[in-house]
Amino acid sequence: MSDMHSHLAFVRTEMLAQQEPPIKEKGIVKWARSNLFSNWMNSVLTIVAFYLIVKLIFSAGPWFANGLWDTSSLAQCREVLDGVRGACFSVLTERWQQLLFGIAYPSDQYWRPTLAFVLMLVAAAPVLFVALPRAMLVITALFPFVAYWLLWGGTIMTSVFLLIGVIVGYLVFTKAERFGFVLGLAAGLIAAVVVWKIGGVIKPSVDGIMVLEPVASRDMGGFMLNMMLGVVCISLSLPIGIMLALGRQSHMPIIKGISVVFIEFIRGVPLITLLFVASVVLAYFFPPETNMDLILRVIIMITMFSSAYIAEVIRGGLAALPKGQYEAADSLGLDYAQAMRLIILPQALKISIPGIVNVAVGLFKDTTLVSVISMFDLVGMIRGPILASTEWNGVYWELYGFAALLFFVTCYSISQYSQWLERQLRTDHR
Amino acid sequence: MTAYTDPPKESFQLSQLIHDTRYRSYTFQFIALVLLLFGLGYLTMNLITNLRVAGLSISYGFLGQPAGYDINQSLIDYNNQDSHLRASIVGVLNTLLVAFLGCITATILGVFAGVGRLSKNWLIAKLMSVYVEAFRNVPVLIWILIISTIVTVMPSPRDFKGETPDAEMLFGIIAFTNRGIYIPKPVWLEGSWVVVTVFILSVIGVFAYRSYAKKLLFNTGKLLPMGWPSVAILLVPSILVYFIMGRPIGVEIPELGGFNFKGGVALQRPLIALWLALSVYTGAFIAENVRAGIQAINRGQTEAAASLGLRPGRIMSLVILPQALRVIIPPVISQYLNLTKNSSLAIAVGYMDLTGTLGGITLNQTGRAIECVLMLMLFYLLISLSISAIMNAYNNRVKLKER
Amino acid sequence: MKKSVFLGALTVAGLTAGAAAAATLDDVKSRGKLNCGVTTGLVGFAAPDANGEWQGFDVAVCRAVAAAVLGDPTAVEFVPTTGKTRFTALASGEIDLLARNTTWTFSRDTDLKFDFVGVNYYDGQGFMVPKALGVTSAKELDGATVCIQTGTTTELNLADFFRTNNIEYTPVPIETNAEAQPLYLEGACDVYTTDASGLAATRAAFETPGDHVILPEIISKEPLGPLVRHGDNEWGDIASWTLMALIAAEEYGITSANIEEMSAGTNNPEINRILGTEGELGAMIGLDAEWAKRAIAAGGNYGEIFAKNIGEETPVGLARGLNAQWTDGGLLYAPPFR
Repeated sequence: MSDMHSHLAFVRTEMLAQQEPPIKEKGIVKWARSNLFSNWMNSVLTIVAFYLIVKLIFSAGPWFANGLWDTSSLAQCREVLDGVRGACFSVLTERWQQLLFGIAYPSDQYWRPTLAFVLMLVAAAPVLFVALPRAMLVITALFPFVAYWLLWGGTIMTSVFLLIGVIVGYLVFTKAERFGFVLGLAAGLIAAVVVWKIGGVIKPSVDGIMVLEPVASRDMGGFMLNMMLGVVCISLSLPIGIMLALGRQSHMPIIKGISVVFIEFIRGVPLITLLFVASVVLAYFFPPETNMDLILRVIIMITMFSSAYIAEVIRGGLAALPKGQYEAADSLGLDYAQAMRLIILPQALKISIPGIVNVAVGLFKDTTLVSVISMFDLVGMIRGPILASTEWNGVYWELYGFAALLFFVTCYSISQYSQWLERQLRTDHR
Repeated sequence: MTAYTDPPKESFQLSQLIHDTRYRSYTFQFIALVLLLFGLGYLTMNLITNLRVAGLSISYGFLGQPAGYDINQSLIDYNNQDSHLRASIVGVLNTLLVAFLGCITATILGVFAGVGRLSKNWLIAKLMSVYVEAFRNVPVLIWILIISTIVTVMPSPRDFKGETPDAEMLFGIIAFTNRGIYIPKPVWLEGSWVVVTVFILSVIGVFAYRSYAKKLLFNTGKLLPMGWPSVAILLVPSILVYFIMGRPIGVEIPELGGFNFKGGVALQRPLIALWLALSVYTGAFIAENVRAGIQAINRGQTEAAASLGLRPGRIMSLVILPQALRVIIPPVISQYLNLTKNSSLAIAVGYMDLTGTLGGITLNQTGRAIECVLMLMLFYLLISLSISAIMNAYNNRVKLKER
Repeated sequence: MKKSVFLGALTVAGLTAGAAAAATLDDVKSRGKLNCGVTTGLVGFAAPDANGEWQGFDVAVCRAVAAAVLGDPTAVEFVPTTGKTRFTALASGEIDLLARNTTWTFSRDTDLKFDFVGVNYYDGQGFMVPKALGVTSAKELDGATVCIQTGTTTELNLADFFRTNNIEYTPVPIETNAEAQPLYLEGACDVYTTDASGLAATRAAFETPGDHVILPEIISKEPLGPLVRHGDNEWGDIASWTLMALIAAEEYGITSANIEEMSAGTNNPEINRILGTEGELGAMIGLDAEWAKRAIAAGGNYGEIFAKNIGEETPVGLARGLNAQWTDGGLLYAPPFR
């Protein structure tokens, strides 16, 4: 038999050892060939892109590496650098408190906004991630009151009375709701107001309890102001946005008309004109004896602005619901308020969340516009006091880069969340 | 002798206004209307009281008075003796100019970045992702400030001076400076209209030829060459006429004289900075819309086209993009709207748009805050509503095609 | 509903009682703070330092008025304003006093219904150019690109100047002083124009101040002063005479160092009347007898304030010039205190 084998020379008896793939078809070379140089067009693009990146690294690298962190003024930076290109990051180390908290927030109280910020993350978590235990929503509900106390200071009793008012109002609402939604709401509101009035009477006698140093709204600035405006205005604009969206979907011509005019007007003008209204016009529309400060007027205008956009997002959510849902609610004999509250809105809001998050990110970025009307937010701090000071006059890249970085980190995380959520919601529907 | 009796005539009772759903909506609307009127009346009363106390009045008389300030970039004739109204119109035109330019470049950038993000080229895809994310997640005001600072670092006209200048003009005709870009300007001499007319006719000719060729292709299957005849029809007659008429169109090349470049068309720095900033910012958003639009097209379309033997480039241009456009265009138009509204941030770079003239210097000089801000909002509203109207018209057209 | 409560709470936090119309003095007293409008930041005139404390020449006026009215120079709430927002802030009662190097003009005084209470700095619009350009007069600036800080009278003055001299220019309007500097330094404009005091302050912050010259032409009169709303004359008098007291104090040699000594009584009746040891001047404007003493003690007399914030020893380095006492050939001339 072995002879037979020797005749048939072209038949192998044993397997060939597995050979290495050709050098062009393996590892980094293959990856590069298929991902970077698949055809001549791609090759040109790759080389151009590569050249640009290298150039950027070579021009910005030394600037970063030579950066100074501990001088006391730009002049000193120039002296130390002595003609070498380098950044003057000292402005960040010296002025970081002002960039984050503004010029007037008492420096020994910085822990308060920081704590409020951490609490906000905790409070937002159960809303953003459905998997977390629902019990955590208690923290969310308590957060506005605690944050108010932390940020503005004064006695904690103000927040406590506010909270008690809300709880009493809610209880009355649940009891009175069977007489109709609107009546229940009105009764709840009246009950809450009564509690607050009583609280206002008792307050002077309990003023000494757990007092934090009071801080006026106008003393808040820096990135904190951007955060505050963003969070407050988005939270306030949600209920208004829902009402506007429902109003726009309504069959009552006057209500629909009011909603449409409001939404289209607000969406038709740039935010900056609304801020001009807040800064130079709005004061004329309040009674002469009241004197609202700028931050409150700005909150009013930004809230109006964002509620118009949120209304449009929620309208999209309402329109996306199958008509059957509305008909099913009707056939159960639910009235309008019940149908909306129990059937329509929970679904519509759920599919609107990514859109709402996008509006929120956009609005948060737009809060930098308040710097144009002389408020010292992050950008306002840079363009105003810091660049105007003798020490730091002329430092641009470091400051703008820092501001861009802060916003990028915040907005990028939120938009990543929104994309994650969109993926979650999509699988739910399929 | 009626076969059936009429239903008992319902008498209207007041309680029906609350309990009867047919009438309840009237009650609600009435309440809403009263509240609205009450609110508006309250605000108006406050306004009147406040103005009376401060001794002010609402008047638009200032619009007719000389503005007294100069504007560096204007599409129409303007000098500082013209009225505030004319300055505002200059501002409106400048807003429209930067919005128009910005929309074009943002679209180009956005399409490139959107397609690039889906590219098989890893480096390009990553670079485009970085671009899109960096610009989408940082406020436009910060980008405007940063880009304005970048533009400032370009060579100054002074660097073009001297025996061995630090900077040179591109091809000897275009100057990029930190005061703006200076490009050659055509000079229309006598007889130039003939050349222009011939050129316009050539353009029409090109379209006629192409539609003829297409018809021929569909009817007979005969393929006429498209490329070189189009170019020839476009250029040859115009060039011939140009030389026959004795070269009636000249070119004015910007020249360095005195403090600055003179002659040519000057695109001032604020315009350049704002234009650039708005384009790259909005481009990032458009890129996302383009990407989403392309991804929304079923993969089967690509595969079907590939099985017909189309090459990747043609698949994109003939099969994918035409379908994707229907998804892409509505959000892109709303990005145009955003760009137009964001152009109001011109104030940060000193571009004299509507916010810079009417809402800026005019407001400062006259102190007529209420009047100026009201006009400002109305102007923007008008611009926005026009763009929205176009968007709705387009949406309706697309919808009709679908059904 | 929870959210609307939050709004309610915010409203409570943001609302401050105060009548915009009249009796500003009563409001300020009941509030315990003076709301004073200043710039968002101009070195030497008003800018917060690294600790967030406002410093500057205009700031000192606010502090003096607060000291006179409330007895505490730190009882001031500084409200940063821009060229656009300053007048509305004052007209709507958001601020009680605007000390934001504002030029006293006819239309502001009459049409906009304000009252200028005096002049704390006599300024004029000037030009700054790099020395390398070799320009010696503003009339040689034909064809130049000019950086202007907007929101001021400078744009109008500039347009007038170039029109009367029949020369051309390209304006580059800039929102803040800080943003004008890189443009000017990088050569995006040939000339920077604003009030001469501002030019000096700006030049002081340059890497090489010696490379830039301020041209001799001063093309406008810019009397800068604090202003109040028209119609509340009592409050206007207080602001006005506080400023006068500062000026008079320099004339009579009252300084923050010797004020205690002098208030024990001197043989100059004018000084005694200012410091409240003689006569009833304080009662005439609704304040106590020592109002002017406190105002002067707050930051010193006019000369001390000037020297401390913008004088030749400071980075801004301004000479007194027009702002010297009338006895030294300047324009400062306080009416008699009697």
